[in-house]
Amino acid sequence: MERRENNLKAWLYLLPAMVFLGLFMVYPLLDVFVYSFEEGYNSASQTFFGVGVYNYSYVLHDPYFLQALKNTFILVVITVPVSTILALVISVALNSIQTLRNFFQTVYFLPYVTNTLAVGLVFMILFKPTAYSDGLVNLIIKSFGGTAVDFIEGPYWAKMFVLCFYTVWTVMPFKVLILTSALASVNPDYYNAAKVDGTSKWRIFHRITLPMISPMIFYLVITGFIGAFKAYSDAVALFGTNLNAAEMNTIVGYVYDMLYGDSGGYPSFASAAAILLFAIVMTITCVNLTVSKKHVHY
Amino acid sequence: MKVVLQNLTKRFPSRNKKSSEEVIAVNDFNFEIPDGKLIGLLGPSGCGKSTALNLISGLLKPTSGRVLFGDDDVTDLPPELRGVGLVFQNYALYPHLTVKENIMFPLENLKGANRLSKEEMERRVQQAADLVQIGHLMERKPSEMSGGQQQRVAIARAVVKLPKVLLLDEPLSNLDARLRLQTREEIRRIQRETGITTVFVTHDQEEAMSISDMIVVMKDGVIQQIDQPQSVYDDPANLFVAKFLGTPPINVFEGSVKNGRLFIGSDDVLPVSGVADRPVWVGVRPEGFVLDENGPLQCERIGVEVMGRDISVVAKHPALSGISIRAIIPAEHAPKVNGNAVCFALKPYKVHLFERDSEVRIREGGVQHGTP
Repeated sequence: MERRENNLKAWLYLLPAMVFLGLFMVYPLLDVFVYSFEEGYNSASQTFFGVGVYNYSYVLHDPYFLQALKNTFILVVITVPVSTILALVISVALNSIQTLRNFFQTVYFLPYVTNTLAVGLVFMILFKPTAYSDGLVNLIIKSFGGTAVDFIEGPYWAKMFVLCFYTVWTVMPFKVLILTSALASVNPDYYNAAKVDGTSKWRIFHRITLPMISPMIFYLVITGFIGAFKAYSDAVALFGTNLNAAEMNTIVGYVYDMLYGDSGGYPSFASAAAILLFAIVMTITCVNLTVSKKHVHY
Repeated sequence: MKVVLQNLTKRFPSRNKKSSEEVIAVNDFNFEIPDGKLIGLLGPSGCGKSTALNLISGLLKPTSGRVLFGDDDVTDLPPELRGVGLVFQNYALYPHLTVKENIMFPLENLKGANRLSKEEMERRVQQAADLVQIGHLMERKPSEMSGGQQQRVAIARAVVKLPKVLLLDEPLSNLDARLRLQTREEIRRIQRETGITTVFVTHDQEEAMSISDMIVVMKDGVIQQIDQPQSVYDDPANLFVAKFLGTPPINVFEGSVKNGRLFIGSDDVLPVSGVADRPVWVGVRPEGFVLDENGPLQCERIGVEVMGRDISVVAKHPALSGISIRAIIPAEHAPKVNGNAVCFALKPYKVHLFERDSEVRIREGGVQHGTP
């Protein structure tokens, strides 16, 4: 009896959260799934022609979507490992210095608290050639005898480089923060024990430090993958809203364009693309979880 | 391998930035640990025991003084070149490695000519594991073992590379009482079997007494006494050592020597010889009291605690420095303890005199020691 009462109470307490989650998370998710199979859905008249997989077929044959897919994959494959490894190197370095540690910690954390527009401006100055100047990076390239490259409106690889650079730059502070605290929480006795046993620095790092902070690294990799797959605003900040023209669109950008862009008004295609993205992220995360079982030590 | 400490001193800068005062954790240590012996470093928390241990291990560099292993000066050698095995209070077993991998870890660090073959490593690991009797648990992770078993793994890991010196930092403090008793005998056995010179840090006097060949008693970074366990108890160098060793602790009275007689308060308790008239501290071990109706020490009885074989009489005396006297007497005398007053005679060899100011033991003559 008391147990049942407790159960009721528990549900009562959960109710507000459940209502909001249901209304704003679960219902829209299901709705997107339904839309993705409704062909030619019109949100104004709430009508559609039929049910089928045409939306998926259209999206998968759309060159803009394929471009977005390619861009997103390149972004993920480059930025996740690069930012994680760089963050690890920086954290280990931060952890091993005594003087000025706080100063450097602040420096590395600055991008996280800096206004996106300000960061965008910095990148413009670095990369964008104007009538007056070629941009700082081009100046450096020239001083080494290279030829200037237009990083914002130039060749595909140059634009992709800037996008990856920007993404790494913005996601790294958080990773550095997480990893420095993870490193600091490793009991120093482990290092002392290893030192007494004559363990080399590299062996201490990969046999002790890495396994000890592996849960945190794993967390960063998973969230890094998800975050990179969802990238959109970074590309807009660098290349403007017409990403298709710049060949720099991402999957989320494609979804947005389908809904609101110049070619907008296609919620069915947008839903299909969103579901495809969901499927990709889910697959990758499952693979991550499986791989991590062997390498992550809790 | 004998270990010699010469004028060993370690100062730490003060934690408080404003004061320039330094903390002297280890102050001018001089002693020699004979080859193959087990030494107990004993003292209250914060007295510098662990610092002393880390100076021997090489994890800390001394401010001044030398550390010698045998005839070799190892002061400037890093820990890995000293050949020491260290067991930590929390074991510091690598949680992601199995028992076998943990024990093998130090061997895998060896390089070049010292590198052992795979078979030799396996053999040594098995040998070390068998020594501490965990040979059947090799594939377990530390988290799947009890505290006592983890402790054994830690010891196996420390001895597998055949260290010249084995150092144990409060190795038993994370174990429950029964396991502690068992494990300390185990440590003693392992030490005897391997013959490795061993230094053992503890704040538990009983632990130190029960397994050490020699005890070093420390206070505030200064060595108080170095002696065999029984001698430290029977023949303390000063009031601190007398108070620190023994449970229940020694009873301390304000006393004085007058004309060859020892007075506790106004009670004339024992004859003394060769001690000039002066105020003193009188320490009486709990087992130094003998129930005697005509005994000179007249106390007010508070209560009796039954402990089975013995009883502990709790009493008060005006000259007592402390809250209450604890006297341990055989249980068959219990019926004699009744009424509000209780009188004791004292066993002379259980009574120690200390200077009132310096708290140093008064040895010349002192209480006339009968045969213990």
